[in-house]
Amino acid sequence: MAISTATKKQAGLTGNSAVAYAMKQINPDVCPAYPITPSTGVVEEFSSYVADGAVETEFITVESEHSAMSACIGASAAGARVMTATSSQGLALMWEMLYIASGMRLPIILTNVNRALSAPINIHCDHSDSMGARDSGWIQLYSETVQEAYDNLFQAVRIAEDKDVLLPAMVCLDGFITSHAIENLTLLEDSEVQEFIGEYRAEHTLLDTDNPITYGAMTLQDSYMIFKHQQSEAMARAKDVVKRVGKEFGEKFGRGYGLFEEYMLDDAEEAVVVLNSAAGTTKVAVDELRKAGRKVGLLKPRLFRPFPFREIAGAMKGVKAIAVLDRADSMSGFGGPLFTETRSALYELEARPKVVSRIFGLGGRDFKVKDAVEVFDELQKIKKTGKVETLTKYITL
Amino acid sequence: MATLKEQSKQEELFTGGHRLCAGCGIPPIVRTVFRNYDTPIVASVATGCLEVATTVYPYTSWKVPLIHSAFENSAATISGVETAYRALKKRGKIPADKKIKFIAFGGDGGTYDIGLQSLSGALERRHNFLYLCYDNGAYMNTGVQRSSATPFGSATTTSPAGSVVPGKQERRKDLTRIVVAHNVEYAAQGSPHNWSDLSRKTSKAIAVEGPTFLNIISPCPLGWYSKPQDSIQLAKLAVETCYWPLYEVEKGVLKVNYKPKEKKPVAEWLKVQGRFKHLFMPGNESMLEDIQKNIDDEWATLLALDGKHLY
Repeated sequence: MAISTATKKQAGLTGNSAVAYAMKQINPDVCPAYPITPSTGVVEEFSSYVADGAVETEFITVESEHSAMSACIGASAAGARVMTATSSQGLALMWEMLYIASGMRLPIILTNVNRALSAPINIHCDHSDSMGARDSGWIQLYSETVQEAYDNLFQAVRIAEDKDVLLPAMVCLDGFITSHAIENLTLLEDSEVQEFIGEYRAEHTLLDTDNPITYGAMTLQDSYMIFKHQQSEAMARAKDVVKRVGKEFGEKFGRGYGLFEEYMLDDAEEAVVVLNSAAGTTKVAVDELRKAGRKVGLLKPRLFRPFPFREIAGAMKGVKAIAVLDRADSMSGFGGPLFTETRSALYELEARPKVVSRIFGLGGRDFKVKDAVEVFDELQKIKKTGKVETLTKYITL
Repeated sequence: MATLKEQSKQEELFTGGHRLCAGCGIPPIVRTVFRNYDTPIVASVATGCLEVATTVYPYTSWKVPLIHSAFENSAATISGVETAYRALKKRGKIPADKKIKFIAFGGDGGTYDIGLQSLSGALERRHNFLYLCYDNGAYMNTGVQRSSATPFGSATTTSPAGSVVPGKQERRKDLTRIVVAHNVEYAAQGSPHNWSDLSRKTSKAIAVEGPTFLNIISPCPLGWYSKPQDSIQLAKLAVETCYWPLYEVEKGVLKVNYKPKEKKPVAEWLKVQGRFKHLFMPGNESMLEDIQKNIDDEWATLLALDGKHLY
């Protein structure tokens, strides 16, 4: 990886290299990791930083993702700042431990390079992995570009470690499309990163042997629900922290972040909701259609957990027809996970728009500008007729 | 090593008031082991009897920091804790002279079966910790289901003594030898009836910088269908029948620590446990003979290795 030494660093990096570089700049205490396509590059490059002494991090080459997250939990409960990366089956194998990380309120940071889940086996991008973990109590930030993935990682540290939150956070970016494509991005200085994230000081740690604590106690009918309620409240509070940290990041570095990005949404009558790299493709379609006088727009959620339902409803007020594009199917027969949540959020609106679910791009299937245009054309028809012919369907088949 | 009298005056790091059964082998094992530390301890524990019965919120029996995360990952979890200790020490966030020793506990279910991969990984990575398996020979916490540590012929709730299949039909896994194959510097089998042997083995294990392992037989009145007051006698009998030989492997050399002058027939150990009751019914004589023959063969193999380099 070639990175210039100019003051305001510009670099051309793949998503994986940018994430590994962000991890190097964060310089966490412990990184337990297990390689899996397409996030392998993150683990490989970070191990080079360790081998070359560029970080002080203790790297644990665990024998599985289950042990990766188990070691993350042990290290975080011991008071360390902990990071890891994975994809697909790796995240699925961690599933049991994801819930334990969040239930123990451990601010672990995980980069998930999105990849389809087996079977059939497929190494390419979709969101079935992180969507499968959507109820695991992890904060989820999604990234359209390499720059966003890089920026999100620093913010994730701040959000997760915030005393009002104390929850693990996952930064998601698209496998191969973002992880392996080189994009230009602006890097922060190491000192800027360190100043922004600050030092991590855990309140209760296993290594404080003078004040022994028991992590992972047995809770029964009298207390389990109380802990879950506290966790739920913390997750709800995370939304404001995400906003605050995103604003501060913007003030410091010129790239501000909110809960989602609105693109040409102000006066839009037809809109698409989509996560990650496909939002870039959709923006091109929006630009083209706007030139032709169409009132189209895009909403790209950045924060999926907690789900900013009220804010999304506010932003979509006035839109007549909406297609929620999911790069994952929840196999409910009712559409993708982003669809069901978005549609539910919009129920609060007095003038409810028509909302349809479109599943696209599974297993890395291409999503092109023409595909986005076709979605907008269908929305135009729905707007005109006021009728939805098919609520849920696969596109790009 | 402290004398028994000295040990009895030490502060209990694993306190009473827990909900483990009367006659359970686990508390004397944990207490004996803890008494041999002269540094602070941080422990992890797999889901199982030891965990669920000692951490019922808002109470805890543990006067040392403890983490329980799941069933199959006591070793992986402690590997994270131990690594954090090294990382934070390197950064000066923990005083350089602060010594902590790490111990991971698991039952035979959490160690022989579901946690074997996690244990193997942590041993291979050379984390500085002692793994202690309390082997009571089945999934006792959830109601006596078969594990790969369950003895041949034993009745459990998933290998019942039926009219066609008389209990478990497979032999035990030899976990201690599997651990030894990881080239750990110290691994041993112990028993709660012999406090001095267990104390000596604990001291040896915790003196090592690197992974070590203790496999301790843990009588279970619930699953063995035995009397609570007989537990320590049953542990002793397991050793004297050579069902559970006391041996250690130190720097690759195997040493048998106890050779009974007169090896007792295994039937003496079996007949006082309800889980083997069916073996004494007419028609099952051959199973009893098989069990005795297996023990004789394994004991002969062990004696042949006594004093030898295994690696």
